[in-house]
Amino acid sequence: MAFADMRKPIESGCPDGMQYMHPTSVRNFGQWKYHDHPRPGVLRHVASSGEELWTVRVGTQRILDVFTLRKLCDIGDEYGEGHIHFTIRSNIEYLVADGAKVEPLIKAIEEAGFVVGGTKNSVAMISHTQGWLHCDIPGTDASGVVKSMMDELIDEFRNCNMPNRVHITPSCCQINCGGQGDIAINVQHTKPPKINHDLVANVCERPSVVARCPVAAIRPAVVNGKPSLEVDEKKCICCGACYPPCPPMQINDAEHTKMAIWVGGNHSNARNKPSFQKLVAAGLPNNPPRWPEVTAVVKRILHVYKEDARDWERLNDWVERIGWPRFFELTGLPFTKYHIDNWRGARESLNASTHIRF
Amino acid sequence: MWMLNRLYESGLWMDKEELMMADQHDTPMLDELENGPWPSFITGIKNLRDQHEKPGINAVANDLLGQLEHSYETRKGYWKGGTVSVFGYGGGIIPRFSEVGDEFPASREFHTLRVQPPAGNHYTTDALRKLADSWEKYGSGLVTFHGQTGNIMFIGADTKNTQPFFDEINEDGWDLGGAGPCVRTAMSCMGAARCEMSCANEHKIHRILINNFTDDVHRPALPYKFKFKVSGCPNDCQNSIERSDFAVIGTWRDDMKIDQDEAKAYIKEKGRKHVIDNIISRCPTHCISLQDDDTFEVDNRNCVRCMHCLNVVPKALHPGDDKGVTILIGGKRTLKIGDQMGTVVVPFMKLDTEEDYEKIVELSEEIIDFWAENGLEHERTGEMIERIGLVNFLEGIGVEPDPNMVSSPRHVSYVRMDGWDEEARKWFLNNAGDNLAAAS
Repeated sequence: MAFADMRKPIESGCPDGMQYMHPTSVRNFGQWKYHDHPRPGVLRHVASSGEELWTVRVGTQRILDVFTLRKLCDIGDEYGEGHIHFTIRSNIEYLVADGAKVEPLIKAIEEAGFVVGGTKNSVAMISHTQGWLHCDIPGTDASGVVKSMMDELIDEFRNCNMPNRVHITPSCCQINCGGQGDIAINVQHTKPPKINHDLVANVCERPSVVARCPVAAIRPAVVNGKPSLEVDEKKCICCGACYPPCPPMQINDAEHTKMAIWVGGNHSNARNKPSFQKLVAAGLPNNPPRWPEVTAVVKRILHVYKEDARDWERLNDWVERIGWPRFFELTGLPFTKYHIDNWRGARESLNASTHIRF
Repeated sequence: MWMLNRLYESGLWMDKEELMMADQHDTPMLDELENGPWPSFITGIKNLRDQHEKPGINAVANDLLGQLEHSYETRKGYWKGGTVSVFGYGGGIIPRFSEVGDEFPASREFHTLRVQPPAGNHYTTDALRKLADSWEKYGSGLVTFHGQTGNIMFIGADTKNTQPFFDEINEDGWDLGGAGPCVRTAMSCMGAARCEMSCANEHKIHRILINNFTDDVHRPALPYKFKFKVSGCPNDCQNSIERSDFAVIGTWRDDMKIDQDEAKAYIKEKGRKHVIDNIISRCPTHCISLQDDDTFEVDNRNCVRCMHCLNVVPKALHPGDDKGVTILIGGKRTLKIGDQMGTVVVPFMKLDTEEDYEKIVELSEEIIDFWAENGLEHERTGEMIERIGLVNFLEGIGVEPDPNMVSSPRHVSYVRMDGWDEEARKWFLNNAGDNLAAAS
């Protein structure tokens, strides 16, 4: 095809959502008065005009095949009102103005094998990354970890029995395209990259790779007569930042790539300022197809949080009240030298007071 | 061999049953993920393999499962990047070439197209069906709403089919999002479309910001990624402070509104202990109190708009009327220097008139221009601020210092301060109106 024949793109950017929005939303845009929560998975929003908009929130497998997508659309057409919203955690939400449609809608959703829930103080759907299915640098498979974990947490998704909402989020590498979570399950590499020196010169832009290292542990070198890179393994923190720009520096390892669990990340400004998640457990095996060790630790943390936290305390609020020593005591997780931060600004995370709980 | 692979990929050389019988990969580990009550993505991919009418899709799903099973067995990923785009754009597609393509030829090329969702993630079933129709014409039939950056992820097209798929959906009003060192697809909450906490027109902010940078979305030429996220209230459902370079969050600066009748009804229903334990004592600035007649009193000058009490009693407590936005700059995740929250750069900005919207667009242009000039390769805006200091950044974008930008003033004296008098004079001049108002 000649250059002149190529179709020029229409650079329309982000589409106008108004064209797809439920008509009740359009009519009452910015004029909402309050909402309530008639049952888990259902929200009722009431506008100043008195009009109502009902939401039924549904958990799915997130990686949707076209059959599943059409099945979800069929439900929306037959039992809903044809308008759909996706949450930031990849739940599908059916929006209806007629409250009488809610129960039949729920029935149809559940009969089709999907799960209604994820609202308020439930364990929300696990938002996740791509993993082995599609990523170029993954240490694990997010979809499989999530499926395995949601199988065991499904009742916590369907019900609202937690002190406050719980967001769980995995990341398949240490760069962490996954988010901050009340509980985060992140890959943690434990050995430096294994370098294929035959390929580095041809595949990698070496200065960029040197610059990418957070601890300046990479330097140019000639190995076996070829230009390559070498890693100072005493400095290396095994983060894998060099692997994306230089695939011959393989960081993933069947045995030494482990899973770690972090808690207390919270994006909301409610009560406390937003907080980062903190390391609580590491060294868990990357154990497909169902990662039982990871799920076991997550369930243990959830159990203690559910028992000990007060209403409305997010996981970070709860730990702040009871203190980290109590967290480790209650969960039975070991506290090690690796929990003590040594990155920049680390001393701000140390206890510079006599505030100690006995 | 190449021709055979092409034939195999097209699925034209055998009928469907033959294909199913001939070469179905065993997937004992993935089969385990079909057990349990949560919907299974593996079952979905198997349905594409076994039930889809297009042999090409059957073959791709089969080899995708084969490669994924291989990953499960060896605990390694086997996708590599590369360069794939559509005519006229430099980004928007995540190229994936299989390292084990000889064993799994049908899914050898398995690129993802990132497509920008409508602001607020609203869809009709008709729109979704139309996307599904186009996608199964050209791609694997796998799609996610949405990826972590906020795009619709059409997962799995080979190189030759990316262009016709894009052409078809582009005619229907869809455009590619960002990938690589560029302005990325933006995100906004449902906000004013449903939520009583909404203090801004998230939908309009989202589109006016991102669609001002369409060129920078499609042609990666910045130091690294740049993300806009818009949340309608400080609950920040879009995680904008933690995950975006430019976070816009709705807020208000007058008094919150209290419906005392609803407050009394709630207190009567739940009891005073519940109200004290869950509302009064949870206020981070101790500015809400329970009065003797079971109504609420709020010290609005000390309210930090944390949203907690509004979240607990949405019928009784509401945002005020003088609404606007707070803007925080420089949030990001781990690579390279560690996780960082955004920093307040604009404590409050009205967004009522078209001129107001022009101002927020101008601010975003100033910030991106300054960062494009001064950021190092692969350095996020927040990392640049960490390296050069907030004050240099503020001077670069023409914003005056404000005490709302800090948790506390500096506590180390190592700083040269011979410009003090001039800076203090500037402060009094800039705040003359406020000072006079306070004095009167």
